[in-house]
This record gives sequence, C-alpha cells and structure tokens, in this order.
Amino acid sequence: MPVIVAAAAIAGFTVTADAPSLRVATTSSLYDTGLWQYLEPMFEEKFGVKLDLVCAGTGVALEYGKRGDVDAVVIHDSAKEEQFVAEGYGVERVPFAYNYFLVVGPQDDPASIKGLSPEDAFRKLMEQGEKNPQQVRFVSRGDESGTHAKEKSIWQAAGCNYEAIRKAYWYNEGGSGMGATLLMANEMNAYTLTDRGTFLAYRTKLRLVPLVEEGQMLLNVYSVIAVSPCKHPHTRVEIANDLISFLTSPEVQRLIAEYGVNDYGTPLFAPCAGAGPH
Amino acid sequence: MSEIWHGLIKAFQLIASFDPEVLEIAGRSLSISGTACLLASLICLPLGSLIHFHHFPGKRVLINIIQTLFSVPTVLVGLLLFLLLSRSGPLGELGILFTPVAIIIGQTILITPLLLGLTVSALSGVSKEIVDTAASLGASGLQTAWLVLREARYAVLAAVIMGFGRAISEVGCALIVGGNIKGVTRIITTAISMETSKGELELAMALGIILLFLALVINIALNRLQQR
Repeated sequence: MPVIVAAAAIAGFTVTADAPSLRVATTSSLYDTGLWQYLEPMFEEKFGVKLDLVCAGTGVALEYGKRGDVDAVVIHDSAKEEQFVAEGYGVERVPFAYNYFLVVGPQDDPASIKGLSPEDAFRKLMEQGEKNPQQVRFVSRGDESGTHAKEKSIWQAAGCNYEAIRKAYWYNEGGSGMGATLLMANEMNAYTLTDRGTFLAYRTKLRLVPLVEEGQMLLNVYSVIAVSPCKHPHTRVEIANDLISFLTSPEVQRLIAEYGVNDYGTPLFAPCAGAGPH
Repeated sequence: MSEIWHGLIKAFQLIASFDPEVLEIAGRSLSISGTACLLASLICLPLGSLIHFHHFPGKRVLINIIQTLFSVPTVLVGLLLFLLLSRSGPLGELGILFTPVAIIIGQTILITPLLLGLTVSALSGVSKEIVDTAASLGASGLQTAWLVLREARYAVLAAVIMGFGRAISEVGCALIVGGNIKGVTRIITTAISMETSKGELELAMALGIILLFLALVINIALNRLQQR
C-alpha cells in the first residue's frame, strides 16, 4: 500500500503541465524590484507558456546557462555577457533596459563622499575606512553578480588594490542578493553600491540615502540572452526568442519605462532596446 | 521582537483565509517531504534489518560512516545532486533539475543515513532473548526479523518521525536543486529564506509558524500510531 502511494505521488509530480515552459535565470536586482512579477503574467498569457524564473546572481545564472539548465539568462554584466556569447553559449546579447547604480550610505555620511565622482568616492571610502573602520564601513555583494563586477571595476578605476581591500576590517562581503545586501548595509550603517531599481523598491525599509548618483561608470544595462542550441540542443530557443521579442516590443518597452511611477514616484528603469552595444 | 507576535497573528490570518499561495507551498512541502520520508523508510527499514542481523567484516566501519553522514550539510547534498542532475551532468538527460522530483530525491538521500542508523540502533535495543526464543521455536530468518522489527516499532517510528522532521525543515538542498521557482519548486522553507532576505520578516515568521503547526499535526497523528 505505501508503495502505491509513493508511486502515485511521484507520478503526480512528473505529469507535465499542458503549457510548455521557459526556464529563465534572472539577476536578483531585477527580481527584487518586482518587475518580473509585473511582466510575467503578460508574457505567459500572450504566448501561452509558463515562465519559470530562477533568481540567482549573474555569476551562477551564467553557469546555469553554460550547463544548459536554463533556456535564457537575464543579467547585467556586459563583459561576462560578451564572453558568454563569444564562447558560443549564448545566441546574442540583447539589452532591453537600463538604470544607474548608486552609492548609498548613512545620512550623516561619515566619509564625506556626497556628490563626488564614483572613483573619487571609492578612493575616499578606502582612506576613511582605513582611518576609521568603526564609522566608515562598506558592504559588498561579494557574489560575482553584475553589481559586484561593477563594484570591482570602480575600485580598479579608483586605483585601489581590490585584494587588499577584501582583507580590510571596514569591508564586508555579504555574499547575498541586492535586497539582502541593502538590508545588511542598513543594519551596519554602512555604504554600499546598489542599482537604483532595487534601492527604490526597498526605500521604506532603509535609513540609507543616495550619496553618489552621477558618473559614466554607474551605467547599468540589463540584457537578455537566449542559451545557444548549438551547445545544448534541447533548450527551448524559439520560446526564448519570444521572450526577447516580448521584452523589446514597443508596448513592453513603454511599460518598463513607466514601471514604478505609481509606487515610487519615479520610474525604476529606462528602456533601451535597439540601442547599440554599451 | 514584535515580529514574533505579529508573525503569529499573520500565521493565523493566512491559515484562516486559506491564502492560496500559502496553501500551495504548504501542500508542496508536505507532499515532497512525505514522499521522501516514505521512500527512505522503504529503503532503510529492510536495509537496517539486514545490517543489524548479519555480521560481516567492516560492519563497525559501516555503522560509523552512516552515523557520520547524520551531519551531512543539506547544501552539500544539494550541490552534489545538482552536479549529477544538471544538463551537463551524467543524469542531465532526465531533465529533473529544478523540479519537485529533484527535491524528493535530494531529501531521500539526506535522511537515508539518519533512518538507517536509527533503525539499526532501534533493533539493537531489542532483547537478544526474543531472537533466541524465536529461533528455538523454529522461526525463519525473515520471521525473526519481522518479530524484532515489531518489538522495536516504537523506536523505529521515532526514527521515521525524525527523518520526516529533517526533510521538511531543510532549506539548502531544496534551494539548490529546486531553484525556489514560484508555482513549481517553492516550498515553505525556501519561501522563508526568500522573504527574510527581502526584509518581509513578519511573513517569514508566519510561514515558519505554519510549518511548525503542520509538523505538530503530523506528529499527533503519528503518535497515535505509536501508541497502538
């Protein structure tokens, strides 16, 4: 009798749904803003497919893509994306939205970085962090995400030795998604690099304020890449292409441009489909 | 700390209103962990009896290994299973990564050492006299084994309850091989983890309380079984 129950339960799980499904690995900073929850039902209805979203950092999302465990990846690290496509794992890098990163921190700004350029701000954070590690702290994603990659590139542009910084007392590697990292920085009264979308979505939970908002280095572009059927013939590349055309379609681009205005007074993203590679 | 009290209230609200998403993940948690516990029991009760009743070289070592695996981290089981089930892995063709079946397999593997070790331990607790009496009355090996298992049923059922507990409470394995996909592989524990990292502490607390409540209900039922 128990054997029958077990068999039935397993059979119940393996019965596939009628609608085909598309599995997409998405970066946490896009997921935490709720944009996917907003677009998902529209996509599912329009194309009659189930969208299965695995929320992961850019690093592991690309790993899933390389292994063929997902059909598409949506991330924001242009260097890694280009390498992914160049190595034949992805079909094409299609940017569809962007916003800017921000450096946020405690209201009293103990390191006095407000209004500086990102590189100058980071340099100052390092100096002040060394001098005053109790007051000046930084929380990093530390998870090979797109945000983490951007953070590392700013440290490099500022002329700082990243490996030395990692060992510093004032630098904390969270190893978490963007939302969790913001909450951690909030608890520690620390500085962190965040994308504008997630920061606005979490505004009510944080005492942190934006301190550095301008700078070419802070550009944050989200792209969608279909996993190449050459490496993994089983991937549902047609449905992945449907997702790409959905995200770059004029109606959805307009929806992306307006997303967040009702709740936060300002849009979280700007559309950029069709713009040249950044 | 008011989150605990608010979480309790929210838990009652969610249960009373039959919140569909909570019902869905609770049902999924129960069926996944229940199935895993069932499968592990079907494997471990016979296997544990076999190990207990036979003497073979390396028996002591085997028991040591089993007991060491009580401490296997759930994330490690998840990681190893991921490498096995990934499309790029040996069993990739089955396509069961990121499905509930993967979580069932993972949890079964996770609790097998526990159930094995505790079954052997439970059987060891049965007096040798019973075995000798049975043998002297002409019982076969299988009949004797069944007799001892029934004598030890209290302890064996306790082992099953513990196995179920470890399965339904684990996060690491379910997160890695399941992916916490909404509507597919999201269960109570992965939802708690996600809501916590989103800062939704009351909801996370409520989900935790609901899980404990489910465990309580199951325990009451299994305890009734134990008394018979």
